[in-house]
Amino acid sequence: MTTRIHPLLILFTLVVYVFLLGPLIIIFGASLSDTTYLTFPPQGLSFRWFQNIWDISAFRRTIVTSLQMAFLGTGIALVIGIPAAYALNRYRVALPAWLSTLFVLPILVPEIVIGFSLLRSVTVQAGVPVWYALLIGHTLLVIPYVIRVVSASLASFDFSIEEAAISLGSPPAKTFFTIVLPNIRSGVIAAFILSFITSINDVSVSLFLTGPGVSTLPIQLLAHMEQFFDPTIASVSVVLMLLTILVMIIVERTLGLAIVAK
Amino acid sequence: MTQPLTIDRITAHYGTTKVLEDLSLSVAEGELVSLLGASGCGKTTTLRLVAGFLQPTAGAIRLGSKDLTRLPAHQRDIGLVFQNYALFPHLTVRENVAFGLKQRKVAGPERLKRADAMLDRVGLAHLADRLPAALSGGQKQRVALARALVIEPPLLMFDEPLSNLDAKLRIDMRVEIRQLQRANGTTALYVTHDQEEAFSISDRVAIMHQGRIMQLDTPEVLYQRPANAFVANFVGFENLIPLKVTARNGAEVTAITSEGAALTLSQDQLGPIPNAFTLATRPDGLQATTQGGAGLPAVLGLRTYLGRAYQYQARAGGLSLIANGPLSQPLDPRTAVTLVPNPEQCAILKPE
Repeated sequence: MTTRIHPLLILFTLVVYVFLLGPLIIIFGASLSDTTYLTFPPQGLSFRWFQNIWDISAFRRTIVTSLQMAFLGTGIALVIGIPAAYALNRYRVALPAWLSTLFVLPILVPEIVIGFSLLRSVTVQAGVPVWYALLIGHTLLVIPYVIRVVSASLASFDFSIEEAAISLGSPPAKTFFTIVLPNIRSGVIAAFILSFITSINDVSVSLFLTGPGVSTLPIQLLAHMEQFFDPTIASVSVVLMLLTILVMIIVERTLGLAIVAK
Repeated sequence: MTQPLTIDRITAHYGTTKVLEDLSLSVAEGELVSLLGASGCGKTTTLRLVAGFLQPTAGAIRLGSKDLTRLPAHQRDIGLVFQNYALFPHLTVRENVAFGLKQRKVAGPERLKRADAMLDRVGLAHLADRLPAALSGGQKQRVALARALVIEPPLLMFDEPLSNLDAKLRIDMRVEIRQLQRANGTTALYVTHDQEEAFSISDRVAIMHQGRIMQLDTPEVLYQRPANAFVANFVGFENLIPLKVTARNGAEVTAITSEGAALTLSQDQLGPIPNAFTLATRPDGLQATTQGGAGLPAVLGLRTYLGRAYQYQARAGGLSLIANGPLSQPLDPRTAVTLVPNPEQCAILKPE
């Protein structure tokens, strides 16, 4: 049996696809343009703007900083967030209800407010060096994501499994690593990916916390665009897109995308 | 190897709520004792206290000569079987069973040999390499049983192990549990809310209510000679008739209800009868008849069909009773009858 699809539905679907993918296609085209300004459709065909990313030292430097922030910030957030999520779920009955809300509060507060308050307190008041202040900012930014995603995993974890292991002679701390962690592995990986992407893309918090000599890629993109309106911006965007697609393909191949959506 | 368990006057709280009060219980070596009661009666709390997942606020728990009271749960050496099986989802059946041996530093080859031998005993040797998700409920519970038994614990504890299984499997599994427990001679504490299960599997049963043990005895005594109204009601003595003795003639005792209806009971059949007592009967033990004779005059209410008999709601003076009547003679509501107690289905309750 064939199902007849209404022509308007096909049109509507196409419009949504154009709306979603159009801007990305334009950026992709613009990055290949041979002109010294952003234009679409591209005039001429050239990869020189991709070469330009590597030639500008500020891009090289800020890519390194961005990766440092994403890896270290997410790493620290996992070390703090996983035990917090564990405790919130394990002792849900004994803990006051507002406590778990408190841990996701940073998602609700506008990032720009977090950025500014960290600038006031950590950088200005406490005099923490820029690189470290930036790291603190990125860690704080992603902790709520870690707690939420790992909590979702722990919500379906049966804690009697942990008790079974303890009753069989496994000490509680060891049980956490041999029994609990392997069973929330997909949640931890999902939390890592989500946090990593959030950190890499962050503008609002980084804008306040970057300083002399220390900047992240998105901030450098903004700075570059204020001075030059050339297709380098588009090239960097394409590289970022390709990196994201690569990460997604790896996740899909190894774990299945469903775990990130969960 | 196996050890007697002694629970000595423990009290436990959840926050400020007292859930167990001054509870004492001994399980002899090799004995299986069940804790039976409705949810919230404290039976699972008792088990968790012995397992070490909860701390009592007073009292002591001993296994043989070893004081468990302050010992961390992972050092108690107790085999636990959970209601939801609690198998490790990321380990194979064999690894699940070997887990406890690994904690006891049993060497690899020996560990596998013992795990496989135990799997063989529960009839699952052919599934050793599967993950738990690929097993049926009954198979999962067998793995859980094997995992608890393989460490040769001095004490086995079961927390409603059969309540997630279907009725037929439940009966097979309880026989299997009993056989394994008997064969190993392991002391066992068994928590359930299912009366038939508790009575069929246990040496002794503790009927619990509101954090106390109401009666601890063999299933036979509990079923025939409940000690108080709660236990009587729990084991199906649904009719409670308060009586006062008016005359004693050797073993024969005559007693009357508050309405003045007289019953003659034999102490040879029912044991010693105090001057004021409650006669507890099952619906089976109270026959509705229109023939008259010695019994309680009553008026029938609703009739229901049980297959082997008719059952009636009945009012005898101020008492609401449930009585049975023969299939040969269905009786209509508002029929005046006599309710005749059958001593074999009666118990004497002393005033509390």
